[in-house]
Amino acid sequence: MSALFEALTLQSGYNAALVTIGAALLGISAGATGTFLYLRKRALVSDAVAHATLPGVGIAFMIMVAFGLDGRSLIGLLVGSAISAGLGLLAVDWITRKTRLSEDAAIGAVLSVFFGFGIVLLTIIQTMSAGRQAGLEGFLLGSTAGMLRADAVVIAVGGGLSLLALIALRRPMTLVTFDESYAQSTGVNIRRIDLAMMGLVMAVTVIGLKLVGLILVVAMLIIPSATARFWTNRTEGVVWIAGAIGGLSGWIGAAISASAPDLPTGPIIVLVAAGVFILSMVFAPGRGVVSALLRHRSFQHRVHLRQGLLALAHGEKIYDPLTLKVLSRERLIRPDGVATDEGRAVAAKALLDERRYAIARRARPEEAQSGLLDGLKPISEVLTRDELKAIDAELGPVT
Amino acid sequence: MMGVEFVQLSLVPMAIGVLAAIACALPGNFLVLRKQALIGDAISHVVLPGIVVAFLVTGTISTWPMMIGAAGAALVAVGLIEAIRRLGRIEPGAAMGVTFTAMFAAGVLVLEQSDTSAVHLDVEHALFGNLESLIWLSADGWSSLADPGALAEIPSELPRIGIVAVLIASLVWVFWRPLAISTFDEGYAASIGVPVSLLGLGVVVAAAIAAVAAFDAVGSIIVIAMFICPPAAARLMTNRLGIQVAWSLGFAAISAILGYVLAGYGPLWFGLDNSVSAAGMIATVSGLLLAFACLFAPHRRA
Repeated sequence: MSALFEALTLQSGYNAALVTIGAALLGISAGATGTFLYLRKRALVSDAVAHATLPGVGIAFMIMVAFGLDGRSLIGLLVGSAISAGLGLLAVDWITRKTRLSEDAAIGAVLSVFFGFGIVLLTIIQTMSAGRQAGLEGFLLGSTAGMLRADAVVIAVGGGLSLLALIALRRPMTLVTFDESYAQSTGVNIRRIDLAMMGLVMAVTVIGLKLVGLILVVAMLIIPSATARFWTNRTEGVVWIAGAIGGLSGWIGAAISASAPDLPTGPIIVLVAAGVFILSMVFAPGRGVVSALLRHRSFQHRVHLRQGLLALAHGEKIYDPLTLKVLSRERLIRPDGVATDEGRAVAAKALLDERRYAIARRARPEEAQSGLLDGLKPISEVLTRDELKAIDAELGPVT
Repeated sequence: MMGVEFVQLSLVPMAIGVLAAIACALPGNFLVLRKQALIGDAISHVVLPGIVVAFLVTGTISTWPMMIGAAGAALVAVGLIEAIRRLGRIEPGAAMGVTFTAMFAAGVLVLEQSDTSAVHLDVEHALFGNLESLIWLSADGWSSLADPGALAEIPSELPRIGIVAVLIASLVWVFWRPLAISTFDEGYAASIGVPVSLLGLGVVVAAAIAAVAAFDAVGSIIVIAMFICPPAAARLMTNRLGIQVAWSLGFAAISAILGYVLAGYGPLWFGLDNSVSAAGMIATVSGLLLAFACLFAPHRRA
């Protein structure tokens, strides 16, 4: 536990601290960028981008070795991966625009073919004399254990830069994401903003390669933005909550991974994010499962209460066990099913409300259609006093 | 190239490659037409946690527990995607992304934590398969195909993927009409009494079975590539479903054979003396076929 605390407070070594900071910064920009993607319904495009990085890594390694450089230079490999990710993105775009195939087929095709070709290149590299210790497999699942100082710096600086780019682009991206036609009318070039958005996705993916690995980096873009939707319906809010969740997952995940052996960074970060997702799905107020269940129960309660009261007012016998339970819990009936004094009074009032509602519904069909006049609340809470008076006048003297 | 050595080293991997490609391309046609192509992607990722759990439970690398584990994981994933989509009101793509990355991450973590050094089980194996190692050493030429003794020692992956390919082909054949109708017009299919959602689940389950049977021999890259590339290319060739399926099977078989040959013998032509990943090359060839189809196929536009 103390090892984890040290890692969380950046005290377990300079490299681990750099990686943790980088993971947190990258997590913020990935979460926020992912939200824009999610809202434009292009979440899984990032999976194609991530898998398309592999051939670039291989080719960059070969080129660097051919020029007598160290093939493991992280910057060089990342530049290569960015170029091939860009080609993959263009391929997805081209297939969707030029043929009748749908985007998901294009994504799947690009993802598997680029990845397959990347594997071919990796097997070639493994047979090269310089390739045996290349460790390029580390890009599949991420590997930060035993990382060079320079690589840790690249991750921390890269995470920071991606965050700066996100802050610079946030206004136009928000505009295009939430109101495309308005953005167009104000002269924003939608295609260029979309391109910038995908550029940001590429940057996040490429920087995340060494940290999370290309198979899982898509999770950093998707999971926080899906999680944030549980917490708010406000537009800007989703973006920054997703950023916070991503940053938190990156920070905690990288720290857990640094605190003990055999805890690969990428999977841990993803699992932390998935844990936050599950907690949010279950417990978030408003959109969470628990809150939806409670809302459903209270709705059910009100419906049964009203039906029960109307039955009492009409002197009908009640058979439904839930209705009986609701009524007796409110002390409106005795255990043998006969209405108490209070029950009779409330039932008479419910019947009156029901008649008033019937008139209100006839008078205003639109509001009735929208569910405002569903009759589940006392009518005095729905209509103004003057409106009620008018209805009562129409209803005539209460018999 | 066509002699004893070919039968020993290349015949079985090629046959497995072709059968795996066909088993995946068949359900792939329906996945592509139903815009569910990425379900195949999700399924092939969650195969890993499935086999890891099966290994932890049984302690050995044996076929059937691993198949059951993988199939179970695929079903769990489909259930989770559906649950997240409904309970959380999340769009299907994102629900899929959350599910398969989380399950894959869990699989990798458990694998790293448990002691699997004594057995051949790692992430790379699950991704690339080991097609090249499925050799048939007891064969001594084409005549061995009629020799029961030698046939008994053929790698067990071959009959397994063969059975699955036949199973999937017969399922598609039996359910052809309802499948075709519900794929193109779900509303009409439902109105004439086709159990549409059951059929949709059936397609996903068939895809999962194909993925599970194929991944062991060829790895999950080929599985995704074969789910999508041959059917997508075939889709651009014709407007008729039957002809599309036929084209897709042709493309799948060509990818498997050409990919295997290029991987095994191609490097020799360039003066390199090691072969490259057959799984990767098969996926690459299927991608090239799709690229040609996108450029020249008769029905490439709507």
